[in-house]
Amino acid sequence: MSAALDVRGLTTRFATRTGHVTAVNNVSFSVEPGRILGLVGESGSGKSVTGFSVLGLIDAPGEIAGGQVLIEGEDMRALTPEAQRRMRGRRVAMVFQDPMMTLNPVLRVGDQMAMAVRVHERVSKSAALARAREALEIVGIPAPAERLKAYPHQLSGGMRQRVAIAIALLHRPSVIIADEPTTALDVSIQGQILAEVRRLADETGTAIVWVSHDLAVVSSLADDICVMYAGRIVESGPAAEVIAAPRHPYTQGLIQSVPSLHEPGRKLPQIPGSTPQLSRLPTGCPFRPRCPRATEVCASDPPDLGTGGRRVLCHHPLETP
Amino acid sequence: MSDTIAADSETLAVPSAAPRETRAVRLRNFWADYRRSWVAVASLIVIALLIAASFGAPLLAPQDPYDMAALDWMDAFLRPGTVGSGGYMHLLGTDNAGRDMLSAIFYGLRTSFVIGLTAGVLALSIGIVVGLAAAYFRGRTEAVLMRVVDLQLSMPAILLALVMVAMLGQGVAQIIFALVVAQYAYFARTTHGAATVERGKDYIEAARSTPLPTHRVLLRHLLPNVMPPLIVVATVQIASAIALEATLSFLGVGLPLTEPSLGSLISNGFKYIHTDRYWLSIYPGLFLMITVVAINLVGDQVRTILDPRNAR
Amino acid sequence: MLGFLLQRLIQAMIVIIAMSVIVFLGVYAIGNPIDVLIDPGATAEIRENLIRQYGLDQPLWQQYFTFVGQVLRGDLGTSMVYNIPVTDLVFSRLPATLELVFVSVCIATLVGIPAGLYAGYRPNGIAAKAIMALSVLGFSVPTFWIGMLLIMAFAVGLGWLPSGGRGDTGSLFGIPTSLATADGWSHVIMPAINLSLFKMGLLIRLTRAGMVEAMSTDYVKFARAQGLPDRQIVFSHVLRNISIPIVTVFGLELGSTLAFAVVTESVFNWPGVGKLIIDSILQLDRPVMVSYLVLVVILFVLINLTVDLVYARLDPRVRLKGGAA
Repeated sequence: MSAALDVRGLTTRFATRTGHVTAVNNVSFSVEPGRILGLVGESGSGKSVTGFSVLGLIDAPGEIAGGQVLIEGEDMRALTPEAQRRMRGRRVAMVFQDPMMTLNPVLRVGDQMAMAVRVHERVSKSAALARAREALEIVGIPAPAERLKAYPHQLSGGMRQRVAIAIALLHRPSVIIADEPTTALDVSIQGQILAEVRRLADETGTAIVWVSHDLAVVSSLADDICVMYAGRIVESGPAAEVIAAPRHPYTQGLIQSVPSLHEPGRKLPQIPGSTPQLSRLPTGCPFRPRCPRATEVCASDPPDLGTGGRRVLCHHPLETP
Repeated sequence: MSDTIAADSETLAVPSAAPRETRAVRLRNFWADYRRSWVAVASLIVIALLIAASFGAPLLAPQDPYDMAALDWMDAFLRPGTVGSGGYMHLLGTDNAGRDMLSAIFYGLRTSFVIGLTAGVLALSIGIVVGLAAAYFRGRTEAVLMRVVDLQLSMPAILLALVMVAMLGQGVAQIIFALVVAQYAYFARTTHGAATVERGKDYIEAARSTPLPTHRVLLRHLLPNVMPPLIVVATVQIASAIALEATLSFLGVGLPLTEPSLGSLISNGFKYIHTDRYWLSIYPGLFLMITVVAINLVGDQVRTILDPRNAR
Repeated sequence: MLGFLLQRLIQAMIVIIAMSVIVFLGVYAIGNPIDVLIDPGATAEIRENLIRQYGLDQPLWQQYFTFVGQVLRGDLGTSMVYNIPVTDLVFSRLPATLELVFVSVCIATLVGIPAGLYAGYRPNGIAAKAIMALSVLGFSVPTFWIGMLLIMAFAVGLGWLPSGGRGDTGSLFGIPTSLATADGWSHVIMPAINLSLFKMGLLIRLTRAGMVEAMSTDYVKFARAQGLPDRQIVFSHVLRNISIPIVTVFGLELGSTLAFAVVTESVFNWPGVGKLIIDSILQLDRPVMVSYLVLVVILFVLINLTVDLVYARLDPRVRLKGGAA
């Protein structure tokens, strides 16, 4: 089966006063239809920028400096800007973090959805609205016809995020990039949305890249996991394997600091230090200053170890038990 | 991206840790930011030169243009660059009364600056008092004061100034009064807005709960924090006061002809607009324009620096 | 919606009452109207009679109510210079001013908003910088000076346009206006541009600021992620959002344009109410001053009311709040 999304060597950097900052550094991953990939990292690790880079939505002073983004084998980066635009929303869609902000406050939900339908398909406004209503039904919104006439502020946060997901689903895209879509929601709503997304991926065959800082959410939802640190993917593999037997010291630190994945009653270990500034990275492995296993050799670029779907970027990976 | 976030938290952390020591540092940072725009630096230099020329007018100007005895009718309408009966060159020509235009412009600028600055400072003071009082006392005082301010703000300044002039008549004091009435509301609004934000913060509540007298809380705690936006408004308002005075004088309802003013000079030149005696109106107009635009450009740069959205 | 409307109407009434007191005190009570109204050479008896006739012997509050009563009946007195009822005088001059304001507001909008949108869309381009520089000139350089430069350039220098006056008027829908004749247009265009510049500068800044802010919002990013072309994002999403502050300021500035017409009319010798008020101030024609001010205040209140209503139409959040109040 060919991958719905195959990212190869993607690099995105930002021009600053002091020079270039590489926010996404040679990132590769792929997702197959109907699968969910969790892209995990602390804030500032470059995971959101990765999401925007996949859609080609990087504005100056940022630029995508290299790599390929293959959507069902078609390279986004090789397309003209206009052709890229036609891919967005139709073949690859995105859902944002804060549902309060992603919908235009002064336009009715229906009008916004109809606009999203008609930008890629020549249908009448009423046909577009009918499509919008169907999409709302799919994401489990009750009384969708009435919701179409509502303004965003008349809907709850969870409801708005469902609307955003419905918009992303309108054209049955191959890939949806979900950028922390449940972070801003209540925990109970979060659960509902997660179940909904899992069901949608299974039923529609859409591949989903779930960007999150929350390892607990990702471990319960994703099929595969990529862990990002300072713009690089430091470890990747099937979700169950990565959680059960992390090989990168950073991944291990992350897992140990999540309460629900840990034995209760014990003090939670923390990763010492803080997220590095991308402009002041050390040479070699960026995790080196915080790493308990670091040695002199870590000052050189870490090797890409592992095989197939299970990889780790480290000089001293933890041994699998 | 994460780089800017980290930088922000650093700059934020410094002033709260040591507010006193950083005042000089902040001033230096401010100047470093200001210097980034060469237009703004040039504007500042231009303003300095104009102020020097205007207040040094009695020394710099070749003639006292309002000493009627020094004027010679034979010198009327001399073209720029002509040497008149006084034996010196009239760089910008002379007007219908034989007045040296350059001298008249220097003296006129002085009037403009005096009126603009006096009105600006008075309006600023009154505005601060009204705005702080409204923000501090809250309740009915706030409602009434700010309602009046809003009402005035909805009226254009030129209209208020016209009404004032119609009521009070002409003269420097009357013009200043009219300008203050027309402009204090901008300061009051700005002060009130900034102070309302500030008073919600913990440190004002903390100061209020100590037995400090009211005026101390207002002056020592609230005022320094509402100053930055006021500086921006003040520059713009001084420029607009100068422009407004010139406009009123041009309309003939501002300063009487016996008082030197850029507006009355332009108004005088306007009579000759259909002749080729362009220098009577062009030069005072250029000086007025340069003055007003330079002040506005300085204000623009200050606004850009103080805008938290542009924080480094 | 009804509650919202009622609330605004009450506010408008309070403003009108407050302003009527100020105008009354300002024009009639301060200074000595007797000296202005009565020939200094008149005998004491004539003086007494006139004072009684004008009601100046009565207490101030009574004079005020007499004044209000007269205003409500549409009686604003007689011009002392033209010796005709002030209302007639003002209304004969009003069309010229309104037409000038109308044309200049159109120019300001048609140029200012697209220019501001462009400057906000490509904020770092050379065109955007040029637009912003022009807008600084537009609202900082005094109107009368720009007006003079226009006359020097286009009337005196190039001789393309007349330097002042109103020109021929034709009839458009039964209203006499210069917009119906070519000669009228040639007269109106220069003063209208002059009057529009301040407002244009303001609209450019406002639109640009709104555009820059809107382009970085999530809903714009989301719209781009849906594959909407930038043109559609600007016109369907952004314009609708930034129209709220623009309409507010636009409305408020409509009144100020009306007021600044005083300056432009003086420069271009345009026979509107602005020229009239300056003349009446110079000639101490108090009844004309009063009626002009009353008229302007009423216009202001009407404009503010309209702005509030349009605002409520544009922003669904305000509509909801107003409905609940």
